[in-house]
Amino acid sequence: MALTGIEIYKHLPKTNCKECGQPTCLAFAMKLAQKGIELSKCPHVSPEAAAALEAAAKPPMRLVTIGVGDKKLEVGNETVLFRHEKTFLNPTGIMVRVADNQPAAEVESLVAEVASYSLERVGMELRPNGFAVDNRSHNPSSFAQCVATIRAKSQLPLVLISQDPSALETALEKVGQERPLIYAADSHNSEGVIKLAKKYQCPLAIRAEDGLGQLAELSDLAAKAGVEDIVLDPGTRGFASSLEALTQIRRLALKKNFRPLGYPVITFPGEGAATPEEEVLLAGEHVAKYANIIVLDHFSPGHAYPLLTLRQNIYTDPQKPIQVSPGMYTIGSPRDNSPLLITTNFSLTYFSVAGEVEASGFPSWLLIADTEGLSVLTSWAAGKFDAEKIAKTVKGFNAQDSVRHRKLIIPGAVAVLRGELEDELSGWEIMVGPREAVDIGGFLKRVWAN
Amino acid sequence: MPPVETPVEKWAGKIHEVNLGGDARRLVVGGETTLPFLHFEGAIPHPPAVAVEVQDRPPASWAPELRASWGEAMEDPASWAKKAVEYGADLIVLYLSSAHPDDQNTGPQEAKKTVTRVLSTVDAPLIILGPGIAEKDNEVLVAAAEAAAGRRVALGFCEQKNYRTIIAACMANNHVAVAKTPVEINLAKQLNILICDMGLAPDSILMDPTTGALGYGLEYTYSVMERLRLAGLQGDKMAAMPMFCTVGEEAWRQKEARATEGIPAAWGDIATRALRWEELTAMTLLLAGADVVVLRHPQVVQRIKATIQKLMTKE
Ligand code: B12
Ligand code: SF4
Repeated sequence: MALTGIEIYKHLPKTNCKECGQPTCLAFAMKLAQKGIELSKCPHVSPEAAAALEAAAKPPMRLVTIGVGDKKLEVGNETVLFRHEKTFLNPTGIMVRVADNQPAAEVESLVAEVASYSLERVGMELRPNGFAVDNRSHNPSSFAQCVATIRAKSQLPLVLISQDPSALETALEKVGQERPLIYAADSHNSEGVIKLAKKYQCPLAIRAEDGLGQLAELSDLAAKAGVEDIVLDPGTRGFASSLEALTQIRRLALKKNFRPLGYPVITFPGEGAATPEEEVLLAGEHVAKYANIIVLDHFSPGHAYPLLTLRQNIYTDPQKPIQVSPGMYTIGSPRDNSPLLITTNFSLTYFSVAGEVEASGFPSWLLIADTEGLSVLTSWAAGKFDAEKIAKTVKGFNAQDSVRHRKLIIPGAVAVLRGELEDELSGWEIMVGPREAVDIGGFLKRVWAN
Repeated sequence: MPPVETPVEKWAGKIHEVNLGGDARRLVVGGETTLPFLHFEGAIPHPPAVAVEVQDRPPASWAPELRASWGEAMEDPASWAKKAVEYGADLIVLYLSSAHPDDQNTGPQEAKKTVTRVLSTVDAPLIILGPGIAEKDNEVLVAAAEAAAGRRVALGFCEQKNYRTIIAACMANNHVAVAKTPVEINLAKQLNILICDMGLAPDSILMDPTTGALGYGLEYTYSVMERLRLAGLQGDKMAAMPMFCTVGEEAWRQKEARATEGIPAAWGDIATRALRWEELTAMTLLLAGADVVVLRHPQVVQRIKATIQKLMTKE
């Protein structure tokens, strides 16, 4: 959290000796707060004061990187409690649990399914982020073997789950240089596991069984031992208890600048849910309210897709809609007798429509009006997608040169614009399309086939 | 190590408590003095309520999965409402859809009959919504208000361009208004003020901030609701109305809940995906402060009820 000038001033000698080139200590403090001068310019700050100022200038929640290379996962560094204050920064990492006592063939097919899972939504790729290998067998060599099986199929980041430092080390010997998240140091094994995190320079998760006080103590212990990248598991599992713990951690970190809890948080919704369906709901709670990493016990496309969509929603900027550039777009290779449709430049709207037109099999022309990133009805209600704007878009992008016919398909939601548009665009026939994009295929088959 | 102090926010405000229903079955929503489900900080005297959407004629456009889940009950709003209560509905949202001029263009007589039948079949409190065309809304809701006198139902939607007649009907029959505004915090407050200026008490208003479904504007609704709830808790009485969300209607309108052909394998099978779509929309808005979520699928009703119970239980 950035310090104010007054807060900095409290740590200065207050002698106004001017050696820093500033008239007073207060002036120096103000300049420092605006990052207009270096702390080292004052020769008189005590080492304690310098350390306090440096610590206070750190982000309130540490950024932690798991994995290496282009698939690495960065979590943390959040600065607000509510997304309307400022966009949430680093989307929750979603990891899938793999148990080392599963048959190897099962592990392989699960890993292949998760690793290849990817879909595009609103022009962005949605996919899970990695695997959490769980030493359920309590056998170090099975653990290392399972890690090897995963690595043969996927390079996604890993969480290594075991209570047993020796099992963790057999796995770390294989993948320790890839920055897996070690899970977890708790009150029984902290010494051994903290050592491993130091030795392999890996991020370390700590787990409390007994409340946030114990969590803070363990985190402090790890930090004092020199571990910088810490991830917190408050040990709560249920809907209400985890919401409470995660909210308190986020508040303590951001509002109280409480260092021992200034780290990303990991959750295990499968452990608090009775069924896979309930797991999705608890994971949803954690996406919205403050988990930085979620480990799922079940993976299926019908559950992953809505959850990844929720993550995309929560982590976008609510002030600035995602937009595409206005213009004339082609879907397939349209000719001068292909359909011409118009919509707005809100990304979500554009991709919904473009996807359906493409799926319809009709090569088409798609005109995109500049509505400042607003959806059809929103921009219509805001006066940014009216007959005049549509006419201007048609003429501005020379639609008359692309098509020989004079037919323009407008969204069903703005059917009321038809009459006015026929006045604005003389010679054009205005066709009212369906309300929802999903019905565009059927519509084109009906009206354009002949 | 300093001890960890529980970070409690002090809120000056309280969400209005809105009473619904008749002598046989009452329901109170609202009354919170803290953010959703943060039991360590304040009181949450009433769990958010789960409402089930019932229409006054079978909705032909609903997804097959949804129609199959209700079966024959959809033929008659009273049986439909009864079944909804069996699935756990705390209240029924009755849409007088047939009154729409493009539908059957039914009038006040039919509205009265439907409302009377539903009220005599179920004890659960009712929220009655018109077809969304100002003059028809006024016509059928006034009739409905009279038919429901003594049962304290909610009537909607009151919108900025059309609220006077509905508010007058609420005042005349001791009903509650559902005030709807398009995803905007100031418009929501403004409409509450206009309604209170007419003389309806603040504890007789539910506000609908307009729901965007998961993937279709959810994030806007979520943030507007969080802001309204924060304002209400900070003491702004015109932002402190319980919030009402039409989750099922929005979720089931989307492609994800309807499309069965030409879908990427990554979307999963239609039933799984569609139900999760409705559930996750509900879950997220409950976390933003929803006090009433209106749902469509019976399984979703059961799952969301169970989840609310868990959120209300300190473990
Ligand atoms: C999210 C949202 C917002 C966001 C903006 C999001 C954005 N970037 O557009 C915010 C909060 C900013 C907002 C603001 C406003 N909003 Co608004 N908003 C919504 C909401 C909840 C969802 C809109 C959305 O994203 N839909 C998803 C997109 C993909 O839908 P779409 O663009 O319509 O596209 C679909 C179809 O139209 C079709 N389609 C699209 N193009 C084409 C083309 C062809 C040829 C065809 C065939 C089909 C087709 O395919 C798509 C998928 O099916 C809706 C209510 C709702 N639940 O739908 C209200 C809504 C659209 N908003 C509304 C209003 C009034 C406003 C405001 C004017 C309120 C105000 N006075 O301040 C402001 C205007 C903003 C401004 N002043 O600049 C009203 C419009 C009322 C009306 N019927 O005219 C709505 C309907 C709410 C309501 N019921 O009152 N809004
Ligand atoms: S050098 Fe240090 S002590 Fe001297 S005026 Fe500047 S800030 Fe104050």
